[in-house]
Amino acid sequence: MATLVFLEIDEGSVKKSSFEAISYASAINAETTAVAFGDLSADDLAKIGKAGATKLLHVTDAPFAQPNSMAYASALAEAMEKTGADTLVLAKSSLGDAIAARTSVKLSASLISNVTSLPGEEGGFSVRKSIYTGKAFANTQSVTSRRVLTLRKNAALIREDGQTVAVEGFQPTVRDADFNVKVLSREKATGEILLPEADIVVSGGRGMKGPENWNLIEGLAQALGAATGCSKPVSDMDWRPHREHVGQTGLKVAPSLYIAVGISGAIQHLAGVNSSKYILVINKDPEAPFFKAADYGVVGDAFEVLPRLTEAVKAQLG
Amino acid sequence: MKILVCITHVPDTTARIAFTDNNTRFDKTGVQYIIGPYDDYALARAVELKEQLGGSITALNVGGSETEPTIRKALAIGADDAVRVDAEPTDSFFVANQIAHVARDGHYDLILMGRESIDYNGGQVHGMVGELLGIPSVSPVMTLIVEGQKVKMTREIEGGKEFVEADMPLVAGCQEPIAEWKIPNMRGIMSARTKPLHVVAPVSDEQRTHVGSYELLPPKAGVKLVDPNDMAGLVNLLKNEAKVI
Ligand SMILES: Cc1cc2nc3c(=O)[nH]c(=O)nc-3n(C[C@H](O)[C@H](O)[C@H](O)COP(=O)(O)OP(=O)(O)OC[C@H]3O[C@@H](n4cnc5c(N)ncnc54)[C@H](O)[C@@H]3O)c2cc1C
Ligand SMILES: Nc1ncnc2c1ncn2[C@@H]1O[C@H](COP(=O)(O)O)[C@@H](O)[C@H]1O
Repeated sequence: MATLVFLEIDEGSVKKSSFEAISYASAINAETTAVAFGDLSADDLAKIGKAGATKLLHVTDAPFAQPNSMAYASALAEAMEKTGADTLVLAKSSLGDAIAARTSVKLSASLISNVTSLPGEEGGFSVRKSIYTGKAFANTQSVTSRRVLTLRKNAALIREDGQTVAVEGFQPTVRDADFNVKVLSREKATGEILLPEADIVVSGGRGMKGPENWNLIEGLAQALGAATGCSKPVSDMDWRPHREHVGQTGLKVAPSLYIAVGISGAIQHLAGVNSSKYILVINKDPEAPFFKAADYGVVGDAFEVLPRLTEAVKAQLG
Repeated sequence: MKILVCITHVPDTTARIAFTDNNTRFDKTGVQYIIGPYDDYALARAVELKEQLGGSITALNVGGSETEPTIRKALAIGADDAVRVDAEPTDSFFVANQIAHVARDGHYDLILMGRESIDYNGGQVHGMVGELLGIPSVSPVMTLIVEGQKVKMTREIEGGKEFVEADMPLVAGCQEPIAEWKIPNMRGIMSARTKPLHVVAPVSDEQRTHVGSYELLPPKAGVKLVDPNDMAGLVNLLKNEAKVI
């Protein structure tokens, strides 16, 4: 049966993780309908088709302009009925999680979160999900006829060989009860690479000594086109904003490259980064536990190593 | 003000994760259990709200009898009574259904949960309970204040935060810095022994997922150390060996 994908739009662009969701869904079933709320650029429209969506249900009605998990959940449940899809795919995010949970209840569907693989070949619908904060996986079977999946980053490669998507306007029913939560205001760093979406993350720990030294972390991040992160004590001491804190009680990231500078590698920090493809650790203490979880390591003083590394990156990447 | 706080009983954040019985069960040998760290924030905020506004706090856990020491700890921190739904929490819909049933009977103004459990990491149960009860669910919540029938909250979003307002009743999934974790004091620990802990049977056994087997994350092959004077060599490895930059 067909699949449905929720597209999350951030600052006017479809998030990269939503394109992954389209390609994931299209690998389950080629008949993949994407649902978008709000304006879309021509560029994104082309990418939606290339990633594998055959149809787009486009919602442009005013009540749905602001992200609203309850209203979006109702609209997606309606879209599932309308398209006859049996699988709803969303990228995991604070918005995606809430929509997924509510939609699954509306549809009497199973909900599997943090999915990292396509369904297996053997009988039934079974996928791998990440559990114990990235330390393990559970092969989880859906025992209902419909299901809702939230994907962890890198669960699928984004395709680029799809066709032009057929766009159809969609006016979901407006239910007053879905507008109980009023957004009074929003504070958002603009133009920043979003940490959960970033392909490269440069993170600093207590070894950076103080917020005044973050220009070294930011310099390397800028040269690499990376997002910046930090350990928990760093955000607890307000050297960096809370949203940058990575780990068990912070953000879980899964970039291609995670660079940890002056971070000891406590188990609670590793919990947030152990799904990274490669880990580079820079620490002056050769006994720092982080080296055991690393692919590449530099034993040295961050204040000497960082400027050199940044220069070398600039020299080789231009 | 009636507050329901849903707590998980989870392995300590430093626990070694392993599986037994042919990778079909979590290995509990030698594992220390704690209140889920995010649930601890929810409980701490509930205690502050009760100090400020009066009312009562009920702690709720869906789990077997082995979770009772964790529930007693919640009572020591400040819950007035507790409910344990006597069942293995094997599926998030199953758990949400039990919580929704207890919540319906108790007419709570606020249902506070953690942003996510640290074993299953779903971040699912609050949304499901909200939907089952037909009330809003907001998560992850960084600050929460009550003004009359209204609740004002700061919600973390990717790259920033959002200030929202909703009428009670509602469900909130909490995270820091909503409150400081509370450590039980001697009086709390003594009184926790005699506070009521009701054990109830599950209302339904409907489960929508089933775990066939578990796997551990494969271990790393070992670190390749690069001389701190050879950063060009490091960039070369990242570019041509790992192919990540
Ligand atoms: C319930 C719980 C949850 C937690 N959750 C998290 C979490 O989500 N995220 C998290 O990060 N932590 C978390 N922690 C805290 C965690 O246990 C560690 O305390 C924390 O990660 C340590 O941060 P750090 O590595 O920056 O600091 P430190 O442990 O102080 O390490 C600093 C490192 O910097 C190195 N260093 C010092 N100077 C230099 C230099 N000049 N150049 C290079 N290296 C240098 C040192 O060798 C050392 O390894 C949690 C703890 C608990 C109890
Ligand atoms: N077995 C359980 N008993 C009580 N509350 C739970 C249980 N499982 C999850 N919760 C609550 O739901 C929140 C989110 O859990 P999850 O959806 O598993 O990430 C937790 O932080 C708890 O507050």
